[in-house]
Amino acid sequence: MKSYKADVLVIGAGAAGLAAAIEVKKAGLKVLIIERDKELGGITLQCIHNGFGLKEFEEELTGPEYAQRFINQVLDLKIPYILDTMVIEITRDKKIYAVNNKEGLIEVSAKAIILAMGCREKTRGAINIPGFRPAGIYTAGQAQRFVNIEGYLPGNTYVILGSGDIGMIMARRLTWEGCTVKAVVEIQPYVSGLLRNQVQCLEDYDIPLITSYTVTKIHGRDRIQGVSIAKVSKDYDRIIGSERFIECDTLLLSVGLIPENELTLQAGATLSNNGGPLVDNNLETTIEGIFACGNVLQVHDLVDMVTSEAKRAGKNVVDYIQNRYDKPIKKEEKIKCVAGENINYLKPNNVNKSDIDSKIIFNFRVTYPDRRVIIQFRDENNKVIFKRKKVYVIPSEMVELEVNLKEIGVETTIKEIRIEIIPRPEVLIEED
Amino acid sequence: MIYDVLIIGGGVTGCCIARTLSKYDIKIALLEKEADIASGTTKANSGVVHAGYASQREYLKRDMCIKGNKMYTQAAEELKFPFQRIGSFVVALEDNQIKDLEEERNNGIQDGILGLELILDKTKIKHMEPNLTDDVVGVLHASSAGIVSPYEMTFALAENAAMNGVNFFRNHKVNRIRHQDYIFELKTQQGVFKARNVINAAGLFASKISKMVGLDYFDIMPRKGEYILFDRNAMHLNKILFPTATKVSKGILVCPTAHGNTFVGPNAQNISDKKDTTTTEAGLKEILEGARKLVPNLPNRASIRNFAGLRAIPNTYDFIIDNTDVYGFINVAGILSPGLTSCYAIAERVTEYLELLGVNMKPNEKYNPNRPKPERFKNFSKEELDQKIRKDPTWGRIICRCETIPEKEILDAIHAPVGAINVDGVKFRCRPGMGRCQGGFCRPRVMEILSRELNIPYQDITKKSEDSYFLVSKTKDELLKKSESGEAE
Repeated sequence: MKSYKADVLVIGAGAAGLAAAIEVKKAGLKVLIIERDKELGGITLQCIHNGFGLKEFEEELTGPEYAQRFINQVLDLKIPYILDTMVIEITRDKKIYAVNNKEGLIEVSAKAIILAMGCREKTRGAINIPGFRPAGIYTAGQAQRFVNIEGYLPGNTYVILGSGDIGMIMARRLTWEGCTVKAVVEIQPYVSGLLRNQVQCLEDYDIPLITSYTVTKIHGRDRIQGVSIAKVSKDYDRIIGSERFIECDTLLLSVGLIPENELTLQAGATLSNNGGPLVDNNLETTIEGIFACGNVLQVHDLVDMVTSEAKRAGKNVVDYIQNRYDKPIKKEEKIKCVAGENINYLKPNNVNKSDIDSKIIFNFRVTYPDRRVIIQFRDENNKVIFKRKKVYVIPSEMVELEVNLKEIGVETTIKEIRIEIIPRPEVLIEED
Repeated sequence: MIYDVLIIGGGVTGCCIARTLSKYDIKIALLEKEADIASGTTKANSGVVHAGYASQREYLKRDMCIKGNKMYTQAAEELKFPFQRIGSFVVALEDNQIKDLEEERNNGIQDGILGLELILDKTKIKHMEPNLTDDVVGVLHASSAGIVSPYEMTFALAENAAMNGVNFFRNHKVNRIRHQDYIFELKTQQGVFKARNVINAAGLFASKISKMVGLDYFDIMPRKGEYILFDRNAMHLNKILFPTATKVSKGILVCPTAHGNTFVGPNAQNISDKKDTTTTEAGLKEILEGARKLVPNLPNRASIRNFAGLRAIPNTYDFIIDNTDVYGFINVAGILSPGLTSCYAIAERVTEYLELLGVNMKPNEKYNPNRPKPERFKNFSKEELDQKIRKDPTWGRIICRCETIPEKEILDAIHAPVGAINVDGVKFRCRPGMGRCQGGFCRPRVMEILSRELNIPYQDITKKSEDSYFLVSKTKDELLKKSESGEAE
């Protein structure tokens, strides 16, 4: 058995893993990256569209260009990495086992682990669409791989279910390839991806967007021949009589992403309701020395946000190794962070009381869209401790708030912070 | 070439008969109309090996089921397919159902079923199956009931039969049968097959085949059953859970699979189209509601697939296993539940029929009942794994992330006798794509391996049938076509 030793092991060499590894290496620590694919870069490699890097580099890059900037740093810093290698087990005492076809079984011992495995797409089974089970049904990301990496078209005439970003981007991409996208069908009354993709990928190409509709049946025994779609009510019940048939030879699904946390669970860490691990404000999971960042923690809107979260995780890991590792565990007192009204999920799930006088980044998504709202923090006695106005909130845009809890008057006696979104109390006449 | 026996149909019944007959020194072939064996009812059923108390006592199927159940232990040992005798509960939710369970138990014991026990102690029941509803008042526990992977067992049967000399022909639909001078001529698109004896194990289409030799004495109706499958990590069940049965069906089960997933289903819908394997919104709702009566906390969010299978229901509601008036033509039709349990007993009976027909059943000297055990990555210790990869690096290349399937297992599935020739063939033999991502990551890799190993262009790899293609063209092809015809700007 081949064995490796490092201060920090990073699992995954996508946007999150690369940025975190670079941060750790810059601090002079020994880091190792394990990646299951054949090259560094992760899913950004198949995202050949532009729109990456506006925040991080203040210029517009494609996915592969964005990834290359980090790959170059990894090479310059001589960060060791192993490719085509699958981590098969993280034990509760932080031993990692992986396999590849060159070295066989690999054992890695590390002082800390950064989880950066990303996410996967929801499938047809997860949303239980009835009908036949023919060929020709793909997740949007899978179709993206066939077109952009393998160089094949999975079909000629498409219906796309779900208006996630990859779905909308693929609608445009396939139109460029001469294919027909008959409709993007979205069950919610609003688009689930970013506004800019709705404009640049659908509207600019006259691709019909059908909201409050969903696919109710798949037709075709061998290869898909069409789908039935139907209008849904506010409670997402199908409205009888609204069903209609659309002929197509391919159905793409862009119905959501799920953080991929099988290894996290194996390591003994607890997950929260969004499918990502429960973390504190240092992005440390419930297992000491195991940190998480990027889409494995929470699905982000933009890769730039993944990068900034990963850098933060990298810095915190450095701090952990320099100041906490191998020292008697100090029982940290924590403030629990709880999702209140119109908060779907939030990160972090708790804040260490010792960090109360530093900037804490809160991320969350809302459950439903709303306008002219107040973001409000309450303590366990329902006392309002923080308020901020916001013009609008929508589920497709993650909200990020940077708060120094001590500056807003939070005492260390507090036990819980509940974050909620409420309508502004003033009755105002909308001005157009 | 004239075969001694031609079997029509490569489901579990046909393959089990093929393997059983391969003990004898006779020439056997099996014809399957689909691209792969185990493509019909065998692929989509509950995978339950029943104890045998459920059918009415006058039916042949009860007798076959009780016998067949006992034959599973040896078969699983020889053929190395996933099979576990975990036991089943028939769950009574009302006091008046207890007497039905009592009757089933008493009749079952009389008929030689071992391990039947009526349990009325709720604490004990909940201890045995904690997921069961608090409304339970009693259960009939059948410890001899088990779960099996029906398609993996069928692949194992076919593999072992092929090892012992049976010829398998897939994509061979029988269109016509001529019977002259005690020789049957079976016409397929790929040519004519001749045999002295024919076994009709054509499942849903058995009545059609029977009519080809002029035997029109039964009908087969399709009865649809829908299922929902949950992720392996979502729930762990100890027991197969049945509601107390009605006359129509055994009801909606909550049951573990041989690979540790949980499924719910099936409902029972009489339909007319023998190819209608669609799931329906109403059906999926029905099975969830039914299942919730047994297990209230179903992991709804962890569903990974829904599917439907068709049972072959004969108008007699019993197995039709006949040495018919057409000399040498044996019907094995209407193999409804508990057909999977009964297959070994059915095959034994078919053997007896062939002896009666005067076939020279001399033992096959080279017969080996043992199929080599498929090696599985998951079963290796760390040391074994390391050595395996060193000897054969394809053990170290993981193709399916959800189920941890390395390239080697896929290669074995392709190169086994009667091996996989398409993506579903690989999926059902060794599980890449069976997990929570449903092939999202591994499908292009599986296609690549199939393309390389079978020397088929990548673009021509299919899901199941010839028409179930994945890809239509290379990128830019469509654009080039349009620009040539002047359509593009």
